[in-house]
Amino acid sequence: MNSSFFMYGEKEGMHMLKKFSLAFIVFIATFIGAIVVGAAETTMKDVWLAVTAPKTNEVATMIYEVRLPRGVAAVVVGAALAVAGAIMQGMTRNPLADPGLIGLTAGANAALAVMFAFFPSATYMQTVFACFVGAAFGSLLVFGIGAKQFSPFRIVLAGAAISTFLYAVAEGIGLIYKVSKDVSMWTAGGMMGTTWHELKIVTPFICFALLFAFWQSRQLTILSMSEEVAVGLGQQLTRVKTILFFIVIVLAGASVALVGNLAFVGFMIPHLVRSFVGTDYRFILPMSAIGGATFMLFADTIARMIHAPYETPVVAVVAVMGLPFFLFIVRKGEKML
Amino acid sequence: MPRLYTEQLSVGYGERVIVDRLTVHIPDEKITTIIGPNGCGKSTLLKAMTRIIRHQEGAVILDGKQISQEHTKLLAQKMAILPQTPESPGGLTVGELVSYGRFPYQKGFGRLTKRDYEVIDWALEVTGTIDFKHRSVDSLSGGQRQRVWIAMALAQETNIIFLDEPTTYLDMAHQLEVLELLQRLNHEQKRTIVMVLHDLNQAARFADYMIAMKDGKIVQAGTCEQVMTPDVLRHVFHIDAEIGRDPRTNKPMCITYHLIKGDAKHVEKTNDVHSSFVRPHLECVR
Repeated sequence: MNSSFFMYGEKEGMHMLKKFSLAFIVFIATFIGAIVVGAAETTMKDVWLAVTAPKTNEVATMIYEVRLPRGVAAVVVGAALAVAGAIMQGMTRNPLADPGLIGLTAGANAALAVMFAFFPSATYMQTVFACFVGAAFGSLLVFGIGAKQFSPFRIVLAGAAISTFLYAVAEGIGLIYKVSKDVSMWTAGGMMGTTWHELKIVTPFICFALLFAFWQSRQLTILSMSEEVAVGLGQQLTRVKTILFFIVIVLAGASVALVGNLAFVGFMIPHLVRSFVGTDYRFILPMSAIGGATFMLFADTIARMIHAPYETPVVAVVAVMGLPFFLFIVRKGEKML
Repeated sequence: MPRLYTEQLSVGYGERVIVDRLTVHIPDEKITTIIGPNGCGKSTLLKAMTRIIRHQEGAVILDGKQISQEHTKLLAQKMAILPQTPESPGGLTVGELVSYGRFPYQKGFGRLTKRDYEVIDWALEVTGTIDFKHRSVDSLSGGQRQRVWIAMALAQETNIIFLDEPTTYLDMAHQLEVLELLQRLNHEQKRTIVMVLHDLNQAARFADYMIAMKDGKIVQAGTCEQVMTPDVLRHVFHIDAEIGRDPRTNKPMCITYHLIKGDAKHVEKTNDVHSSFVRPHLECVR
């Protein structure tokens, strides 16, 4: 059996295997690094203790209760955002697309404000679901106003307008019902204070959505060419788009529920990944997951270390790295997709 | 009855009717070309026949069945489409693009079988693109790129191939190269080819069957001799054409033409109304 299973050319199949192995090793190394490094002095031995017997000493407990959940949160959110961004870029054929663009993030954010104001006793599960509904609502507004079809330009404009509106709504609710502090603690907090309880609820959603996304990746490759070509090749457009849309809602909604708003990750990672694995979404999606996870771990570690023992918001770290990249893509033009 | 025909087919965007109760038979194993002025509905007809856009009334029948009732994947095994300006993501290689032609036959994660590889290589071979199999589609010239897209359509292994202005943006030599390739596919493999062409003389030269359209209706359909007449061209394009014979192919050709003077004002006026009316709709659709 050759390694070119699903790819044109045998050599490429081999290279792809190497690339994924390499990426995975870097990811594991980053994860271990993120757990070992921190404001408190810890060693590899402590980490090992934390995983095997978290109750043995204080350091091990700290690692198990604070750093590990935080690391896992970075992994799932990074993967979710990067894959959501890659799907958005493929579906809309817009190189600047990310979950923030079509009102998903803003919608989930507004849903959080509503939950804090009107259902303060909601469980975490209910809040997560509110984020899904909010994300879906936000993006449906954008598509309702934007256009029937995915005209990139209209979507960008409508997305910006609706997002601004939804953020204003969230802020208004926050001010009137005096919950703005809670909302901003949640949305700007990054991975800080993530608990195992939250992870147990959110992670299954993200994993399930990611698997679904990988399963649909070939359809996305065909869709990313053009709708006419996709129909000509026998793709059931409406069905595929609906499935992908739900995947993106779950990924983006779950991310907001867990860590709040993180721009740039969903936009930046797929571009980096494309220059590494090419244009086939069967490779872009899994590689985006690995890349997004690695990037978030890295960014969060920097956020913890740059001004230790004080936290720097991870949003700021991501933005500092993301903005130049954004400008670079804009300058380079649309051929990046 | 041919395999493919339309019955009273109407297509429109919103209120505007683009194709108006049109009945046309596409002869099997022949080359059919569709001509007509801008906005006459020729591209729309092509898109409706290939289920890219939905029609409002009437039917498109393929092998005795309405295409709207047929499974889209099954249709993709019977007819392939080359859109007007197909675009591929940057960095995609020629081999990869052509391999997508196998999509209608694949399941699940889309692993290519030995047979898939054979078909892909054959499609690359026959279109003369096998040498740049590993090159990126972006790096090719317009003519080469068009041949690669035709290779993708061929990899679909369909009896019918639709092309929407396959020669646009190509220079004269490349235009001929593409059209001769299609002609060879028709002669050697008996594939039915339906294409929209802008150039009247090319349309006549390569067609077995010609369709002249105006305002969403067929003005004349038949052999080149029946369609390439001063009367038909006057009616369709508002031109006064001088029709002769191509000394090499012996096909009818338009040697020279004038705009019809008396009608000129009227033509311009209707064109204006036409374009201002059509454009907003068409933009949405794009």
